[in-house]
Amino acid sequence: MDPSLVTRHSSPGTAGAAPCACFHCGEPVPEGSRFSAVVDGAPRAMCCVGCAAVAQAITTSGLAAYYEKRSKLPQREAAADAPGDLAVYDLPEVQRPFVRDAGAGIRQATLLVDGITCGACAWLIERGLQRCEGVRGVAVNLSARRVQVEWDEARTHLSAIMGVVDALGYRTRGFDPAAGESAAARERRGMIWRLFVAGFAMMQVMMYAVPIYIADGDMSRDAEQLMRWASFTLTLPVILWSAGPFFRNAWRDLRTRRAGMDVPVALGIAVAFAASAWATVSGRGEVYFDSITMFVFLLLGARYLEVLARARAAESQQRLVRHMPAVAERLVAGVAAGGTERIAAARLVAGDRVLIAPGATVPADGRVMSGQSAADESLLTGEARPVPKHAGDVVTGGTVNLSGPLLVEVTRVGPESVLAGIVRLMDRAQSGKPRIAQLADRVAQWFVAALVAVAFATAIAWYWIDPQRALWVMVAVLVVSCPCALSLATPAALAAATGALHRLGILVTRGHALETLSQVTHVVLDKTGTLTLGRLALIGAIPLGGEAREAALALAAALERGSEHPVARALRAETPGAAQVRVEDVVNHPGLGIEGRVNGRRVRIGSPAFASGVNGRPLPSELLFAADEVTVAVLADEQGYLAMFTFGDRVRPGARRLVRELEAGGRTVCLLSGDRRATVEHVARELGIRTAVWESTPDCKLAYVRGLQARGAVVAMVGDGINDAPVLAQAQLSIAMGGGTDLAHASADMVLVADDLFRLSAAFDTAGRAMRIIRQNLAWAAAYNAVAIPLAVAGLVTPLVAGAGMALSSLAVVANALRLRPAAIAARLPPAARSAGGGALAAR
Amino acid sequence: MEALYLLIPLSVVLVLAIGAVFWWALASGQFDDLEGPAHRILMDDERADP
Repeated sequence: MDPSLVTRHSSPGTAGAAPCACFHCGEPVPEGSRFSAVVDGAPRAMCCVGCAAVAQAITTSGLAAYYEKRSKLPQREAAADAPGDLAVYDLPEVQRPFVRDAGAGIRQATLLVDGITCGACAWLIERGLQRCEGVRGVAVNLSARRVQVEWDEARTHLSAIMGVVDALGYRTRGFDPAAGESAAARERRGMIWRLFVAGFAMMQVMMYAVPIYIADGDMSRDAEQLMRWASFTLTLPVILWSAGPFFRNAWRDLRTRRAGMDVPVALGIAVAFAASAWATVSGRGEVYFDSITMFVFLLLGARYLEVLARARAAESQQRLVRHMPAVAERLVAGVAAGGTERIAAARLVAGDRVLIAPGATVPADGRVMSGQSAADESLLTGEARPVPKHAGDVVTGGTVNLSGPLLVEVTRVGPESVLAGIVRLMDRAQSGKPRIAQLADRVAQWFVAALVAVAFATAIAWYWIDPQRALWVMVAVLVVSCPCALSLATPAALAAATGALHRLGILVTRGHALETLSQVTHVVLDKTGTLTLGRLALIGAIPLGGEAREAALALAAALERGSEHPVARALRAETPGAAQVRVEDVVNHPGLGIEGRVNGRRVRIGSPAFASGVNGRPLPSELLFAADEVTVAVLADEQGYLAMFTFGDRVRPGARRLVRELEAGGRTVCLLSGDRRATVEHVARELGIRTAVWESTPDCKLAYVRGLQARGAVVAMVGDGINDAPVLAQAQLSIAMGGGTDLAHASADMVLVADDLFRLSAAFDTAGRAMRIIRQNLAWAAAYNAVAIPLAVAGLVTPLVAGAGMALSSLAVVANALRLRPAAIAARLPPAARSAGGGALAAR
Repeated sequence: MEALYLLIPLSVVLVLAIGAVFWWALASGQFDDLEGPAHRILMDDERADP
């Protein structure tokens, strides 16, 4: 049923017993709602003040026809948000990225509009803006959710225009075409054009070529000559425009005295075209325009696929930068409390305090000063679950504040920020090449040089055998060979794998990391901060007296409410219900514990000795079993002991499955720790690690890793990045746990940004697959060339077949590399730590 | 066969013309919004407001 009909007839009085729907957005109207707006001369119930305001604005602008025209209901959130202060959009520095000056005070801008759901929205926005004073032109792009607007700066301002759209219930943002379409995207568009021209010309040239082949000499000379001239005309744009990049690259390579893979390609195309053109003009000899156009078309197709693969990998990086907001809400110092101003986010400096509304993007790195919320950090860590944020927590620029407003003190901006650090690390990874790629590059150089030599030698040899064919055999040799696996597919596979890992929250920061990772035999794990989370957490709560476990926990958490001690934080994290318990006369005894009064009785929580002071009884015998390595807190009142809590460092999610998966893959897992024997053994037993070294100093760790390497092991060291720096540097591959903030300085080869350790297993998996695919490609290229080149030298391959064979081989190799798509890899990862056990993995 | 002398040059001209038209269409934004015009045609411009 048409939803618009539902809304139109569910106004008050006609809706019957069912709760009636908001006339504007279709959401149920809450009981006793007092919001309404007059539309079409009748009062209509509204669910909220936002919808009422929007409906009012629409009606007073004379656009009530919108309600008849629409075929989809608007989003309620879009209508419910109060429009922000738009005046900031009149600032030149905010406007710069997306506003164009068309001269004579006329300005143009493209705005992204949230909340457009159907054609009526486009109509509404267009009509709404056209009625504005000073607006000269409006064009709504429904598929792209964009509005292009042109206005006279002397008569109106951008803020007023955005205000009109806001009032109609849509949210607008400036759209920066440079951010939307990067240089790479423009290059990609150019490639599509080249591909299109080559493909179109190819089809038509084939049309002229086929009759000549079929007639097989029966065609009149004039007609054949005409066909040739037509083919020549259509091949010209292919040579001049479509094949341009091949010639440019080849020329660049020749000037730097390198032999790139485009040299034989360009040479082959140029020779074939020149000879065919001469044959056309002189009317003697063969023409191969069909081969040339087809070759260019297929080769461009393969290149396009390769560019696409790399673009997809780069996309995850661009996503980071694109999500920085343009505007921040800064608290004005000195002005009455709560006063804020909107400024360009780029103008924030460390020490500024900014207010971040729910749903807004954090404009810079900072520390939460007040407020409670959760942040979506999936951009950074690939982790979809929201991360709770309280006072004192760190927030990262580019992440999204989800539930409540936060007051944040800016700590780092610009190049020092975490996002900038990540981008730098990823650039570093791309500038370095793994050994296999370096080798491929060197081999490709020799291969190309040798190939050109062979082609000329073949031409000379054939000149003695059959001068008529010499040229075409040479062209076939040049064209048939395929160094594409060496020059194209290896980088494409590496880029695809790197991009895929980034989406899983693993940053690859060195070019060699993937290759080394696939060869690792020993994985050495640090304990604190790596296998464990590195912060105190509640392990056990044992009731000692009459209180139930939950009640005792709530009581303890209530006592610790005001404390910032790690034990207090751990307790509070476990017991959200503590707020109901009323505690009075709380006294904090630093280093001992806390005392307070609950329902008239004195209660203490703290060290066993401190707690026993409240009742003077002997400590309960259970305490004797508490091992040394756990922190113990005892809750007691005047009558006796209530409960005992043990705290320890909790094991990181996914650690056990990672160990199991690594061992299943034939790798040895070792645990190195400076902790006491009992703790280390406990963790090792819990995780199923067979080799554990305890009480080891950094020197011991270093010696241990060296010892492994002396026996030929390829060691991957996983540590927290700061304490383990020397060991990390010694290992062939270092993986640091990046808790977010120290990322920018990480020197490790890889950084795990996500909390879930199991994702490392995906890294091993991906690295192995990437190397396998590269090797497959190299093997295929070697086999293909070993067969095709001798055939071409022997004169058994026509230029047409040579071009097709080479281009199809390129396509095959690039398509193989494309199998490392992020989606394909994510699908292989089981639904993360949420699913119990490793059923999906065991089954694989 | 004489028709060839007319048809082949004609086909070349046609190909170039089609290419040029497609080029123009893309450059002038004909393919920018594939959804909007279908709706826009259905939207009456004005009606008597109450």
